[in-house]
Amino acid sequence: MKQLLMGNEAIARGAVEAGIDVATAYPGTPSSEVFMALAKMAPEHGFYAEYSANEKVALEVAAGAAYAGARSIVSMKQVGLNVAADPLMSLAYIGVKGGLVLVVADDPGPHSSQTEQDTRKFGQFAKLPVFNPGTPQEAKDMTLAAFETSEKLGLPVILRPTTRTCHVCQDVEVGEVRKSKKVIRFEKDPKWVIMPKLSYLKHQELNVKYLKAAEMFETSPFNESLIRGNQGIITTGVSYNYVMEALEILGENLSVLKIGTYPIPEKMVTNFLKQMDTVLVVEEQEPVLEDEVIKLAWKNNLRVDISGKHNNDVPREGELDTDKVMAIIRKFLGLPEETVSPVSPPELPLRPPTLCAGCPHRASFYVFKKAVRKMDAIFTGDIGCYTLGNAPPLEALDTCLCMGAGVTQAQGLKRVEPERKLVAFIGDSTFFHTGIPGLINAVYNQTDITVVILDNRTTAMTGFQPHPGLPQTAMGTKEEAIDLEVLVKACGVRNVYKADPYDLEQAQKIAARALEDNGPSVVIMKRECVHLVRPSIRYEVETDKCNNCGVCYKTFGCPALFKEDDGVKIMDDCNGCSVCSQICPSGAIKPVRHS
Amino acid sequence: MVLASRIIAQTAMKNGWQVRTSEIHGMAQRGGAVTSHVRIGKNLFGALIPNGAADILLGFELAETVRGLEKLKAGGKIIANSAKVVPVSVTMGKTKYPDQEILQYLKKQPYDLTLVDAHSLALKAGHYKAVNMVLLGVLAAQKLPFAGDGLLSTALELLPAKLHEVNVKAFYLGKQTGEGYYGHSAAIS
Ligand code: SF4
Ligand code: SF4
Repeated sequence: MKQLLMGNEAIARGAVEAGIDVATAYPGTPSSEVFMALAKMAPEHGFYAEYSANEKVALEVAAGAAYAGARSIVSMKQVGLNVAADPLMSLAYIGVKGGLVLVVADDPGPHSSQTEQDTRKFGQFAKLPVFNPGTPQEAKDMTLAAFETSEKLGLPVILRPTTRTCHVCQDVEVGEVRKSKKVIRFEKDPKWVIMPKLSYLKHQELNVKYLKAAEMFETSPFNESLIRGNQGIITTGVSYNYVMEALEILGENLSVLKIGTYPIPEKMVTNFLKQMDTVLVVEEQEPVLEDEVIKLAWKNNLRVDISGKHNNDVPREGELDTDKVMAIIRKFLGLPEETVSPVSPPELPLRPPTLCAGCPHRASFYVFKKAVRKMDAIFTGDIGCYTLGNAPPLEALDTCLCMGAGVTQAQGLKRVEPERKLVAFIGDSTFFHTGIPGLINAVYNQTDITVVILDNRTTAMTGFQPHPGLPQTAMGTKEEAIDLEVLVKACGVRNVYKADPYDLEQAQKIAARALEDNGPSVVIMKRECVHLVRPSIRYEVETDKCNNCGVCYKTFGCPALFKEDDGVKIMDDCNGCSVCSQICPSGAIKPVRHS
Repeated sequence: MVLASRIIAQTAMKNGWQVRTSEIHGMAQRGGAVTSHVRIGKNLFGALIPNGAADILLGFELAETVRGLEKLKAGGKIIANSAKVVPVSVTMGKTKYPDQEILQYLKKQPYDLTLVDAHSLALKAGHYKAVNMVLLGVLAAQKLPFAGDGLLSTALELLPAKLHEVNVKAFYLGKQTGEGYYGHSAAIS
């Protein structure tokens, strides 16, 4: 039977067909829908699913289950793997009993990430097998194969889709769902306790397993060789699609070797190289495959010309597509470059992403910008929707590095520029992720910073997932939630305040107070993301009262506010937050019922 | 828009075609430009449409339609919303939105152009968010590899019941426009 599935949904489907027992994740684009789909299926198929506080926690929970022989899947984005790197490296040594598949979604482009890092490199670093799917169908099939491989080798296995697999929909052939019938029981054994002496032995074991994996992959259906003459292309993942399509459009019949697994099947690749005079390696991101191909050619004394990233024929940054690959193949074959007829449309308006109309973060930034007006202040930022606070007209964020770094970088800045005010912004989900240790550090070292927790009651940027601060889990509801205020106080912060960003006057007073404190202070700005509530009112400009001063759109910048020649208009997407009406000096903005 | 591409793909799939769509998630969705590709056929490879290879361009916003033109093949069909969504960068005076120039440019291109004020038609149907369905309605009136009304039934399967009425209205207002009941000039307004 066929179903229209997004790549991420296909991975979830694969996991359910593999009979998983535990699924964990911390959301991150482009990986988020893997777990969203799993959480939805969990009750029906009887496995456990949780959003973990961060990726390290997610991997450790999944590993615990796998020690007992359960099958577990954990998903995150490439940057999340940095957070989980610590357990991953050791877990490779210790190994697993039940299958453990780690889905790490890479983001060439990047479309929504801080880096373009290549998880295949991480796989090599940790010496773990990596499956590299190029389509949703392959993503589903590889998920099943990854579980088999994991159990056969007793190793965690990485499934590494990229954005164009994750967010592509395809008609996918689905199979039977397997109910987990395994005996799940943790057997006590010294082999689960990593000690230096054991670690040396385990390292030897791991090296053997890595070679074993390469050998197993010689017969993997995900590696495919198509011989059509002595000029060939070696490719992997989504690049394979672009290569095949480009060859079809160009009408060229080159040999193609598709590699879907790492470590690569050395015999198969060597065999391909032996039949070629020239080879082009096409892959996104790092020259992982290319390096392996060069190594094999050298080792086997093969006189084959290899082009790719090392001679700059294939770009090392950004995403590929059929058009780019077509140009690369043209060059490889010495075909004349295609001349494109110039089309010159009028200059189009820029459309950078912005905070939504009525977003509470915009109001929070506005409040703090006002509060520091007469001060020399730095605003450190973090990862989430609120990173967009850096855009005009707010221009409120001065830094953004990685999850949790806003809180800690503020402390470093404060140490070297003690005369400046340091305000760190962090979202609720991010605070639970890696904000807490940073806050504890500020308390312990008595660093005078103000931390603003933008509590919008969700993880908005990745698709509105719950987190430990909400009375809601991935699998259903619960009673208890962790109270941010109590938690912050328990971290040792004495000056803790709460404010509603929609109430400008009160919020401004609180912001000013917090900035006066000595030592660390925390302001919790609490108001739901506009996507969690249905607005019943919207706002309108009374044109006779509006004198077109522009304060509302010039200083606040809500995208629903729109300047026309004859004055300011408010568009249908107004979410009724009321902030613009509080800002308007002429009292020209009034509420009306939503139609 | 992501929903619209799913509706098209799902309908094609029901009719026995292979499909691929490519969606955009994350950062770009917060008011940024979003492009979604839908491919329908046999022996498909990638989900991304090469430049100059698309048969139909559905433009949900005037300026974004022009941004998508490079994907369209010569003589291809454009269904474009004439309503504009003005980005904050324009309100702030950082860039311009030359709507008249954009319109003129669109009309001069060697494509088969249908301009629709989908925003007004959506409001007429009952909600400004029904723009998607208006444009799918216009699309349904074109020659497609499946019956156009299939788009509506797929949409209704995917949408909650309370939204059905508005969406059905929006779809048929779009379809009538696509069939030329209103003619181009009346639809542009
Ligand atoms: S009330 Fe004003 S600021 Fe709030 S969403 Fe509506 S237009 Fe934007
Ligand atoms: S999704 Fe929510 S938190 Fe994110 S920008 Fe929009 S309103 Fe703000």
